[in-house]
Amino acid sequence: MCPPHPLHHTRNSKRGLDVLSYHFDWSIILSGKYFDWLVSGVKVTLQLSAAGIVLSFLLGLIVAIMRMSAFKPFRWLACIFLEFTRNTPLLVQIFFWYFGSYKLLPEAVNDWLLTQNFEFAAGLIALTIYTSAFIAEDIRSGVLSIPKEQMEAARSAGFSYLRSMQYIILPQAIRITVPPLVNQFLNLAKNSSLTMTIGVMELTYQARQVESYTFKGFEAFTAATLVYLALSFIITFLMHQYNERILKIHMAA
Amino acid sequence: MINFIGVHKWFKKLHVLNDINLHVTQGEVLVVCGPSGSGKSTLIRTINQLEPIDDGRLVVDGMDLSDKKTDINKLRAEVGFVFQQFNLYPHLSVLKNITLAPIKIRRTSKKEAEEQAMTLLERVGLTDKRDAFPSQLSGGQQQRVAIARALAMNPRIMLFDEPTSALDPEMIGEVLSVMQDLAKSGMTMVVVTHEMGFAREVAHRVVFMDAGTVLEEAAPEVFFKNPQHDRARQFLKQLLSPMH
Repeated sequence: MCPPHPLHHTRNSKRGLDVLSYHFDWSIILSGKYFDWLVSGVKVTLQLSAAGIVLSFLLGLIVAIMRMSAFKPFRWLACIFLEFTRNTPLLVQIFFWYFGSYKLLPEAVNDWLLTQNFEFAAGLIALTIYTSAFIAEDIRSGVLSIPKEQMEAARSAGFSYLRSMQYIILPQAIRITVPPLVNQFLNLAKNSSLTMTIGVMELTYQARQVESYTFKGFEAFTAATLVYLALSFIITFLMHQYNERILKIHMAA
Repeated sequence: MINFIGVHKWFKKLHVLNDINLHVTQGEVLVVCGPSGSGKSTLIRTINQLEPIDDGRLVVDGMDLSDKKTDINKLRAEVGFVFQQFNLYPHLSVLKNITLAPIKIRRTSKKEAEEQAMTLLERVGLTDKRDAFPSQLSGGQQQRVAIARALAMNPRIMLFDEPTSALDPEMIGEVLSVMQDLAKSGMTMVVVTHEMGFAREVAHRVVFMDAGTVLEEAAPEVFFKNPQHDRARQFLKQLLSPMH
């Protein structure tokens, strides 16, 4: 199944084990067909990451609110969700949604997914659900760190519990939660590479593909590594900007 | 306006409110005093149900708090509450602190709410702080903003839970004078405080609490000149000359 490792060639060659004879050729991945493959992989990775960040944040928020709700069944549901998603490997969850969604989801949704990009959808669902569990716990600890007097002040003004959360508690909690959220977003962006196992044609998949066709694995994966690094830096930078602008002004101690 | 009828409350086994019977009429200023742990804060917090009561009846502005069907959010919108620690929203500017509830709950237009907020800021002497954030204000200023925030809902009752206890001495005056003006305007007020000067000058009636019960209830001139209970006498003596 795996393409032969480039070292095999050198090992079996007449010159014996000679790693240094590996001939670097960057031009092959910097233009033409293979470059296009990598770019299309970058696009899919960006799409997966962006959609995953937005969706996992929203789902995490909902789960966090359910987890803190006074209504017991909500709390239980949230707890069960958290235990299952945090305590199983992401790779297993990706396969679970890839093979299992057909049985679990309503037929109409499946039919629609098949006309779309089914692998992408399954990968996105798995990434979203997995990451949302961690985000939910981060948000919850942020909320718990807001003094209870803030909730009292909001309730005294006549806000309901949910409105108090919306206008008073969550805006403060999420500002505190920004640093751990950055970690979760970075994890999500990096974890998106695992979706190659179900055939999502993202960056790692394409790098692998380039390697299969050209045996230039080192070049391909160097390129992939640099792209992942850049993506992580961009996420960190954006969140840092957010911190500087909003946190510093509004929460000056 | 506020009617306590045989109200009881327990924290676990601790009987924090023991058979409270109190009646506050419209426009009245009631000062509640007593040693710490006497239940005075709990008493004032039951009026907008920050603390639910366990037994008895409590009717506020015609709404029965012992009735589960009472819309508690509606009641709270009519009752302003001022905290010891101010509890301004730290992520919002002074102006937004004041306009948030009127805009979101009363559905007042933003423009109208902001005009009203500026009128209120003028009343508490802080028009120049409209765009400041709470962390940039002194304690006295924060408390005055908190009063303006409560007044922005046009409440029928104002509750003050030790509003000057967390303030530096030189800032107490500015907050008390705002409260005095408010009392003069005819607002119904319940004030938990140790400021006996305020009680003497502004209150219509003083209630002295100890160990969850109301021990004395009298006009301030009567209470300060001639307290009936030993416990009240002791309390006043301590308060007026803490060094003995």
